[in-house]
Amino acid sequence: MQMVAASRMRRAQEQALASRPYAAKAWEILTHLAAQRGGADQLHPLLTHRDEVKNVAIILITADKGLAGAYNSNMIRATLKFMNSRPDQEFSLITVGRKGRDLMVRLRKNVVAEFTDMPDRPKVLDISPIAHIAIDGFLSGKFDQVYLAYSEFINTLTQRPTIRLLLPLRTELDENSVMYKYITPATTMVSAEYVYEPAPAVLLDTVIPRFTELQIYQAVVEAQASEHSARMVAMRNATENANSLIGDLTLTYNKARQEAITKEMLDIAGGAEALAQSLKSK
Amino acid sequence: MAPTLRLEILTIERKLFDDEVNMVIAPGAEGVLGILPRHIPLVTLLTYGELQVKKEGQDDQFFAIGGGFMEVQPDHVIVMADSAERDEEIDLDRAEAARKRAEERLQKAREDESFDAARAEAALRRSLARIKVARRRRRDHVRGPRREQ
Repeated sequence: MQMVAASRMRRAQEQALASRPYAAKAWEILTHLAAQRGGADQLHPLLTHRDEVKNVAIILITADKGLAGAYNSNMIRATLKFMNSRPDQEFSLITVGRKGRDLMVRLRKNVVAEFTDMPDRPKVLDISPIAHIAIDGFLSGKFDQVYLAYSEFINTLTQRPTIRLLLPLRTELDENSVMYKYITPATTMVSAEYVYEPAPAVLLDTVIPRFTELQIYQAVVEAQASEHSARMVAMRNATENANSLIGDLTLTYNKARQEAITKEMLDIAGGAEALAQSLKSK
Repeated sequence: MAPTLRLEILTIERKLFDDEVNMVIAPGAEGVLGILPRHIPLVTLLTYGELQVKKEGQDDQFFAIGGGFMEVQPDHVIVMADSAERDEEIDLDRAEAARKRAEERLQKAREDESFDAARAEAALRRSLARIKVARRRRRDHVRGPRREQ
């Protein structure tokens, strides 16, 4: 199982990196378009921050299965802490993965949507419905903010539970955005006048939902890399523990066996001695 | 040697193509676009359809594109597709089956409001683009490679 988790972890990591060129370019076009908005007098609704934040949605990404060390419980604990730190806001949860859903339902939190059985190599098609719920909810005013809660993959031994703002989308890049790992801010886009077909506002309508999808996709893939590496480490610990337990038990067993043999030998020797004594005395 | 431009075809999942080419013919949302080197900078939406790549001394290459957008610079074209497949990756039978399913769903959507007509239509157009690209390859295969004129 350790080996299985290891190969899955590698695959998930590769997949997380494979979306990097797309992410970098999409980001560039997005910031460019957002700056461009010339004719439109208003920011795109998905870019607009609301002054009063009352209803917050969290997309919580956990695993379907356990046996991954503290992976699931760390993620859930971080999310609960986040929710408790904002007592005056109403939270809705969109759960990806069985573990998060089960616990949140048990705690009677408001789970509005759930997704399970995310395939090992998720496609964008698997992500679209999640993005849909987030975007529709945000546009309809049901949510004022949408957060992504997932385990960031740092290395095999470290995964950091992370909660980041997904919507409204920010066009400045900082450490707190999901994308910062995937984007080098150096822009290659010539700042020359671009021709837009159709108008920038219409293009933004297409680019922003894509970009939202992309961020969720990367969060899912990264969470999977974290899950598999947490599981790999858990399995390695289990194997090591089992091995040392086997060592201990073998030692105990041998000791007990030796003790029994010694006792029996003493009995026989004692018996023989007694017999010899009684024969002599005759 | 004719002037070239660099073409990249990206999807969220992977980088599908990255090479110097002579011409790109792409399914723009407002009509098919032919792009040669030194094109003016352009950002455009793409629709479902076929993307053709011309390179001197090679057969044309075809990709089925499922919408997305494209950035054009004088020496560089970046296609960011929602889905993209090379012609040889497409399974014609599966594409036909997908088309059939989409047509049925579209039919149902006309009778029943609860079916998502827009989604069915998108699926239909996607499958049609794939079928077109896959068929073209089959034809070329029978005819043998085309010659540059």
